[in-house]
Amino acid sequence: MGISTIADTTSPKPTTETPTPVHPESPKSASDKLPDAPLVTIEPNQAWSAIELRDLWAFRELLYFLTWRDVKVRYKQTELGIAWAILQPLLTMLIFTLFFGRLAGIPSDHIPYPLFAYAGLLPWTFFANAISNSGNSLVGNANLITKVYFPRMMIPGATVAAGLVDFAIAFVILVILMIYYGVALTWSVLMFPVLVVLTTVLALGVGMWLSALNVKYRDVRFALPFMVQLWMFVSPVIYPTSFLPGKLAWLIALNPMTGVIEGYRSALFGKPFNWSALAISTAITFILFVYASIHFRRMEKSFADIV
Amino acid sequence: MKPIVRVENLGKEYRIGTREAGYDTLRESIAAAVRAPFQRLRRRNGKGGETIWALKGVSFEVAPGEVVGIIGRNGAGKSTLLKVLSRITEPTTGRVELYGRVASLLEVGTGFHAELTGRENVYLNGAILGMTKAEIDRKFDQIVAFAELEKFLDTPVKRYSSGMYMRLAFAVASHLEPEILIVDEVLAVGDAAFQKKCLGRMGEVAKEGRTVIFVSHNMTAIRSLCQRAMWLDNGQIVDSGETGKVILNYIQRGMLSTLERGWKDIETAPGDETARLSFVSVAPLGQQPDEPITIKTAIEMKVGFQNYDPDAVLNLSVVLYNLEGVAIFNTGSSPRTFPLGLVEAGFVIPGNFLNDGNYTIRLLLVKDTSIPLFDLHDLLSFEVLDADRSGNWYGKVLGAVRPVFDWQLTTRN
Repeated sequence: MGISTIADTTSPKPTTETPTPVHPESPKSASDKLPDAPLVTIEPNQAWSAIELRDLWAFRELLYFLTWRDVKVRYKQTELGIAWAILQPLLTMLIFTLFFGRLAGIPSDHIPYPLFAYAGLLPWTFFANAISNSGNSLVGNANLITKVYFPRMMIPGATVAAGLVDFAIAFVILVILMIYYGVALTWSVLMFPVLVVLTTVLALGVGMWLSALNVKYRDVRFALPFMVQLWMFVSPVIYPTSFLPGKLAWLIALNPMTGVIEGYRSALFGKPFNWSALAISTAITFILFVYASIHFRRMEKSFADIV
Repeated sequence: MKPIVRVENLGKEYRIGTREAGYDTLRESIAAAVRAPFQRLRRRNGKGGETIWALKGVSFEVAPGEVVGIIGRNGAGKSTLLKVLSRITEPTTGRVELYGRVASLLEVGTGFHAELTGRENVYLNGAILGMTKAEIDRKFDQIVAFAELEKFLDTPVKRYSSGMYMRLAFAVASHLEPEILIVDEVLAVGDAAFQKKCLGRMGEVAKEGRTVIFVSHNMTAIRSLCQRAMWLDNGQIVDSGETGKVILNYIQRGMLSTLERGWKDIETAPGDETARLSFVSVAPLGQQPDEPITIKTAIEMKVGFQNYDPDAVLNLSVVLYNLEGVAIFNTGSSPRTFPLGLVEAGFVIPGNFLNDGNYTIRLLLVKDTSIPLFDLHDLLSFEVLDADRSGNWYGKVLGAVRPVFDWQLTTRN
């Protein structure tokens, strides 16, 4: 074995090269600093623990960044950029005015039809875009869901929040229209922010529910456009609720968007509020939101496995 | 000592099929809709429950400041374990207690958006990985310096080369400061210089006294970074303890040769709608398959795949690794299109070329010379034995390869 000794010492044999394990002595002090209770416990079928507010709070900046990403990316490589946020409701308003206002002669509660339509389209466009985008958001962010942990509600949440940015931009046009038609503001306008919150909560509820459903059943993606279209026709976007026969109006009021859209018009144009319709909308919105949160939390655990 | 991570009897059960059941096209969704009632019926009968346990009865503890390496074959449950620990997926049984802030790095560049600039992606990616804006602000210059991308910060990352992209992504990830860091095989990407840089940074992180749980196929990396290793197979811990001992055990017992593999059900075979793997094999050329492979044996590798796209430009790429994780060679077929149906390909590793030792084969099928349809590490493994030697020296011959060259010996007198 004369020559072999030379070769042996240099050969990369697994055992000889391994450094003697330095068992961590220093972390002893670190171990004293460890909390008594675990920061996180991972267990199967954890009992439903409300919406984890603490977790949501800890990740609040992520919501901001995801929203910022959605806004930033949405109009990348478009010529008109963020102007689309204005064009969408504006062009729809022109088309509606032409076909429904002029040709079909649909009444508009003594408000100029373009203004009437735009005041309805503003919340409606926000709501429709918010639920379509958030409905597809979890599936669209599958790469995130399978690779990193954060409260999943952030994803549909950010999409809805990004919709609010468009809403704010489109709102500018409404202000211009109101000045043009010489609409005087009344104290009713104080209800406007309340209505925005209500619309947002409703959009979040519906969006969360659809997004969770979409993870498991991709049918949602195909059904969504029809659902949104149908929903618009049963909401007083094109027509006022007063246009409907009494019996039907009550039925339409069960649609939470009815009270909301009518509410916007009342707030902006100083018409009396239909408080009962608003109450119904609010109640349904909150029931929907709570139900969607529970459903979302329950589905959340399996997202990474099935998305 | 009090552990920072405590795992008790952890198990994760997957229902086979549901993972793959994405309805991506209308056609598939209709097909799925037609199938769905039957599946539901089956499930009700209790027969649809074909499941696998990706993890079963896994228990271990990690002390604060410890760096633990997890080794094992593909499909042994390593990634599933990391996913459970990082709360991405829920366990089916058991319990995990984490006594510190966790950050997991299962992929480099998670959440990068191609349309956003380098600067914007640093913030987005940082936030996704759990950093606060203030934290990113503070480390921004360090991150950029580490990535060496100062000049390209305001360029959308879609214009980056893949190397630049990886550098930036790793730079962000490596500036995380959690108490517990969970890292999957992220070092398997990028070129050698990049890998070296990553490894260096991992070493620093470990020295800072953080607890690291680290999965890798790279035994050299595991050996140099980890005090302790765990060997996972079939979702269970086979061996754990001092790194050198576990790796040796893994080499000796775990790496029993896998000379061939086949996929009966083409639906679940690696690949996508362009092509799917059908079989792979290595066999000694010109001798009985059960005869041992020695350093003198020529080894034939064969690959078969089903081609579904006559327009796809495909090439196969094979990387041979030794147990130290060193790539011995990478050989690729020339890119071309293939007719529909089974394509068989192969090549021969000549005799008198490889050194004795254990080898693993990684196989990629690449579309348009850039998009891997699959990338399978440790697909096959085999052992090359030393042949009977003439002479009386029996030491290990140095070198990754052991070619026999034509020595010219001339005597002049």
